[in-house]
Amino acid sequence: MLQNRFGRLAATALAGGMLMGAAACGGGEEPTTSASPTGGATSAATSGSGAKVGLAYDIGGRGDQSFNDAAAAGLDKAKAELGLAETKELEAGSGETEAAKEERLRLLAQGGFNPIIAVGFAYSGPLKKVATEFPDVKFAIVDDEAATGPNISNLVFAEHEGSFLVGAAAALKSTKNHVGFVGGVEVPLIKKFEAGFVAGAKAVKSDIKVDVKYLTQPPDFAGFADPAKGKTAAEGMFDAGADVVYHAAGGSGGGVFEAAKAAKGWAIGVDSDQAKTAAADVQSVVMTSMIKKVDVAVFDFLKSAAAGSAKAGTTVYDLKAGGVDYSTTGGQVDDIKAKLDEYKQKVVSGEITVPKE
Amino acid sequence: MKSAESSFADRLLGRVRLTGLLSLAAPLLAIVFAGLITSVVLLVSGDPPLETLGVMADYGTQPRSIVLMLNYATTYYLSAVAVAIGFRMNLFNIGVDGQYRLAALVAAAVGGAVTLPAPLHIALILLVAMLVGAGWASIAGLLKVKRGVSEVISTIMLNAIATALGAWLLNKERLAVEVAGSNNIGTKPIPESGRVAGMAIIPGTEAKVFGLIILAVVVGVGYHVLLSRTRFGFDLRATGRSESAAVASGVNVKKMVVTAMILSGAAAGLIGMPQLLGSSYSYSLDFPTGLGFTGIAIALLGRNHPVGIAFGALLWAFLDTSSSILQLHEISPEIVAIMQGTIVLSVIIAYELVHRYQITAEQRRVSKELAGGTPPRVEGASA
Repeated sequence: MLQNRFGRLAATALAGGMLMGAAACGGGEEPTTSASPTGGATSAATSGSGAKVGLAYDIGGRGDQSFNDAAAAGLDKAKAELGLAETKELEAGSGETEAAKEERLRLLAQGGFNPIIAVGFAYSGPLKKVATEFPDVKFAIVDDEAATGPNISNLVFAEHEGSFLVGAAAALKSTKNHVGFVGGVEVPLIKKFEAGFVAGAKAVKSDIKVDVKYLTQPPDFAGFADPAKGKTAAEGMFDAGADVVYHAAGGSGGGVFEAAKAAKGWAIGVDSDQAKTAAADVQSVVMTSMIKKVDVAVFDFLKSAAAGSAKAGTTVYDLKAGGVDYSTTGGQVDDIKAKLDEYKQKVVSGEITVPKE
Repeated sequence: MKSAESSFADRLLGRVRLTGLLSLAAPLLAIVFAGLITSVVLLVSGDPPLETLGVMADYGTQPRSIVLMLNYATTYYLSAVAVAIGFRMNLFNIGVDGQYRLAALVAAAVGGAVTLPAPLHIALILLVAMLVGAGWASIAGLLKVKRGVSEVISTIMLNAIATALGAWLLNKERLAVEVAGSNNIGTKPIPESGRVAGMAIIPGTEAKVFGLIILAVVVGVGYHVLLSRTRFGFDLRATGRSESAAVASGVNVKKMVVTAMILSGAAAGLIGMPQLLGSSYSYSLDFPTGLGFTGIAIALLGRNHPVGIAFGALLWAFLDTSSSILQLHEISPEIVAIMQGTIVLSVIIAYELVHRYQITAEQRRVSKELAGGTPPRVEGASA
């Protein structure tokens, strides 16, 4: 028995040790090609004359047809117009720790990338730490005001104000006096969308019925990427008598559009002008979209950084600054445009204060 | 305990071990197999395998990466041990994930609400975490013995319930406070007295290793002593091997099931602690998730052995750490997930192959000896 136990201990120890060794050997055999992160990044080909820009996404990354893609669009525009030397986009893994995010930012900073943009509030803590370590590098973070420093620009949006306008549009267009809101994940950020939407709808008709449904609860973030869930939730609302449904659910929104099409109702898109970006067969049901111009914010930051005038601290992209807005693609809201612009003016002038929660 | 009588599950979960030279053959086979598959995947995706491994090894051996790796490995180890406790007794505790998340949330809330002298404060947080984890796991244990509900089903469902309960609790009206200027929401930060300072034990970097790495070591030693040196551990292993035999020798199986689940849950409760007390200080929306499932893979990788699990956890952590550098070199980080899956599969397959070889070799030897008229050699005490 004793012999047996020693044997298996040795075996398991060896198994792990050798697997580790195998990985390490790979490095030893090919010493010329292995590169330290600093060396690897700096030796990369430089094609333009401008800055090397690093972008760190949260889960999803480029290709999520929503928030991250908007940031990517801003980067692409900057790449084309500002002649950036090199861009590098890194993406988070699901369920990772803050240490992993911190390391991602640090790798970019060590690799000579400057400026560096972190997309998403989850980078708040890590960004603050890394920004302190690299005082000469300009950092920007989207959707967060908590990380502050002399080299940190905070790009935040007044999602509630944009949502207020589409809420008003929904109420003006609803013939059944009944609208709905589908949120991706019940987090404070998405609650801002809900609060604005409800306030906007009630501003038009104080007795309007607003159904609210969140697809998942944190830490389950699947609600941002599950069209089937979005479809079920929206179907429920249309069945219950709603005729306009607004979604703030990222990739799940596609399901909301399908449900709207099947029920011959209206849907309202989010983040980008979804009457243009949604699947072709459902674009016609997108009445309007609440546009959150992350691309503009990213581009503006890169532009000012290139000019050496990046401003530390918070820049609020609100209705007044044109950071959020409603879209008119398709002409579905042309008949109520005058009324919506009236509300817009009232919000911009401060006559109406939109609640955040 | 003749190996010829063992089932696949026994071999898979490390209840039967290889002996002699064969115990070296299995890991060797696993390495060759994992190396081959990973190389093929890398080639197919258009990346040179040796260069990729070189980049990973180079980055993984830098002081800061080693610290990161040790920190990851600490949580992975705790998670794998929690899973392994159940495995050794034939209990598939898939609910480790829910158990640790709920435990971390409640422990963070309690830790943030009280102020005590440092050692007491830390002890209280750890105790609360263990109690919550154990309590949540005991539901599955009780359902199994009282109602015959498979723990696989109940723990998976309890994971979903833990998510919903956690979301309900993490609300400003209950356990959470708003983080000013952020879209995050979390429990009140744990004050200084409840934090565990990191240790700068790796030369060449200021990054600190979680102080609670010691907790992982203690849990590992405890796991070994409990299973191998106590009557309870013997009963647990015996029940895992053969329930009817255990009953015949006077083991109260129902009690064992509940106790094993409680122990597994208590260990699960500790999973979030190194991160909570060493880095986050608050349970918020971005608290790491999915560690319970990583633990299952690592327990299989380490074949439920306390030292094997440690190597498995380190290997897993090494791969996770190096995924960032792969992205910087334009290599898809998903490669790491493929490597991890391949390694687990290779280890399982390699061990199974070697086990089967051992069984047939033994049978051949016995039949040869029988045919030759010589009495088969008496099995040694080790068999």
